[in-house]
Amino acid sequence: MKRYTIFVITENFIGILNRITIIFTRRGINIDALTASESRLEGIHRITIEVTATEDTVIQLVNQIEKIIDVIKAFYHEDEAVVYQEIALYKIPVSRLDGGLEKVIRQHNAKIIAAEPDFVVLELTGHKEQTQELLEILKGYGLLEFARSGRVAVAKRMLTIDSLLK
Amino acid sequence: MKESMIRGADIVVQSLIAEQAEIIFGYPGGAIMPVYDALYDYHEQIKHVLTRHEQGAIHAAQGYARVSGKVGVCLATSGPGATNLITGLADAQIDSTPLVCITGQVAAHLLGTDAFQETDVVGISMPGTKWNIQVRKVEDIAPAIAKGFYIARSGRPGPVLIDITKNAQVDFGEMNYAPCMGFRSYKTHIPVEKMAIQEAAELINKAERPYIVFGQGVVLGKAETELKFFLDKTGIPAASTLLGSGAISQDHPNYVGKLGMHGNYAPNLLTNQCDVLIAIGMRFDDRVTGDLKRYAKQAKVIHLELDPAEINKNVKADIPVLGDCKESLSLLTAAVSEKTHPSWMAKFRELEQMEKDAVMQHDITPTKVGLTMGEVINLINQYKADDAVLVTDVGQHQMIAWRYFNYKKTRTQVTSGGLGTMGFALPAALGAQLHDYSRQVICVVGDGGIQMTIQELGTIMQTKAPVKIVLLNNNYLGMVRQWQQMFFDKRYSFTELDNPDFVKIAEAYSIKAQKVTDRGDLKEAIEDMLIHDGPFFLEVVVEKEDNVFPMIATGCSVEEVRLS
Repeated sequence: MKRYTIFVITENFIGILNRITIIFTRRGINIDALTASESRLEGIHRITIEVTATEDTVIQLVNQIEKIIDVIKAFYHEDEAVVYQEIALYKIPVSRLDGGLEKVIRQHNAKIIAAEPDFVVLELTGHKEQTQELLEILKGYGLLEFARSGRVAVAKRMLTIDSLLK
Repeated sequence: MKESMIRGADIVVQSLIAEQAEIIFGYPGGAIMPVYDALYDYHEQIKHVLTRHEQGAIHAAQGYARVSGKVGVCLATSGPGATNLITGLADAQIDSTPLVCITGQVAAHLLGTDAFQETDVVGISMPGTKWNIQVRKVEDIAPAIAKGFYIARSGRPGPVLIDITKNAQVDFGEMNYAPCMGFRSYKTHIPVEKMAIQEAAELINKAERPYIVFGQGVVLGKAETELKFFLDKTGIPAASTLLGSGAISQDHPNYVGKLGMHGNYAPNLLTNQCDVLIAIGMRFDDRVTGDLKRYAKQAKVIHLELDPAEINKNVKADIPVLGDCKESLSLLTAAVSEKTHPSWMAKFRELEQMEKDAVMQHDITPTKVGLTMGEVINLINQYKADDAVLVTDVGQHQMIAWRYFNYKKTRTQVTSGGLGTMGFALPAALGAQLHDYSRQVICVVGDGGIQMTIQELGTIMQTKAPVKIVLLNNNYLGMVRQWQQMFFDKRYSFTELDNPDFVKIAEAYSIKAQKVTDRGDLKEAIEDMLIHDGPFFLEVVVEKEDNVFPMIATGCSVEEVRLS
């Protein structure tokens, strides 16, 4: 079992995400993270799915995703073949802001992106390991809320969506 | 409003006519009533058959599609009408049957409010359709139907569901029908790689014990002639899957029988002795392969297949040949050298004889008093037309009928293969018959399955479809009982049936009916049935506890196929 990133390039139709996720459900495979966004081209969406599975399984998943009528292309990569980022937000009570926290923020290159009378919101982008490390530390600072995005990724391989549409 | 504008419901019907649909199987209801109202005006251009249940409608559409090669069309209302289609959709999906099902839906402003007869049929049918869509605006109706037909019939065929809200059916719009010619996310044609053909040909030319296993892909790809030429030239023994049966005549000298759990002895056993396995338009279903870890491990595998998702799904292909098998088979035939394989072929014939002695003799010419399913099918063979269609349900009778029916022509095999849907046969036979009243359609069914859709006798009565129904009655859910006998210590848990008087039921529907309990009456009854001008219901009371052999038990290897 390994971690893979599956990219799906698809028409923007209602229900397409459902059609994709049931392929995972049917085989009892958990989706670790999923992000969907419009691509560089209008009307075409890209969905990034992070999954832990064997390569054989991932190949079959990708083949079955690609079989969906409105999917233009699906492919998969190992972690080394993609450049990816995740974003994490941390809500900390103002009462816990002190010199120690300031040091933590500096060390991790986190940013304060919002300050309210009762709390501040920190932001960190990076790989899961990095955002996780900060999460563990901030638990000691009365962390009120935490949210992490799915993976946003691009492949290292040179391949453009335009070429897939031909 | 412009004068050229028509109701959405009329657009639905005109679109179906534009797609050359000849017949609709359906059932009316609230949310589809505007379309039914429109149908009233078009009865000369398109026929509608009122079934007695929506499941009957969709199985009839499947039967029609399977024998005709055309898209079967089905119409139902929202809510329960739509959910009653689900079994048929799943069946058509797994057996690659082209269907377009149109369901009515509550008005768009009511969607999501739990309105009367509202159900999320697009959500429910998603895993069981090749494509589905909800249409909420009148202008989207014609493009959706055009796209639906294109998707259903192209590539690997499959079922499509189009859900149309009531407001779209009653609103007025323009009818400018443009058939769909393709779109960017959906590639139907995969060019065959010359390199793969060359590698496959080299492997075949060097092979000492090559073996062909073919499936329904040959029929769907209209590659029957190409398969025959390939067999003629290479002299390679060939076996069919359940749904591939009929793709070539069983009289072909290379034909060695049927594959799978209840297939023939030699084709299963020798799968593990070939050196090159050539799979054509088949998907290595678990009922064909048995234990995958011990399936054809000694062989190099060449897989001719249209659907890329089938390559390496169950069996790893050493040489995948992607593409339409009509194309790849003719390329491959040109590339291979002419050959015969007499000693390898003799092995098949030798094992065939063993099966004849150990199994077939008892099945066809039994010495005991009780009638067997096999002798019924054997007698049917003697009187049936060459192009007679055999429609079967699911269970022991299905396997026996398949084993003994003499397939001579393509598209003569209609059965629920992948899904194993009991209740399939009667409505499917109706649909097959309505495609061509003059063709012999023989529906072989068990006493369990027929009672799941027995109400379709009403549709047979109303349409006067001359279906020949052969009920093989053993008063058991026979296949389950066989498993209970073999694997569950004869604990016959809820498999025995107290059955009604079937002849009376058929007669109540004005269908000529006869019951046979003695061997002496069988021959004449079958003759009478087949020459009868109209539907006929023949009940044959068979041995209660007969079993189907050969058999590859679950988890066993093909080489562990048992004769008893």
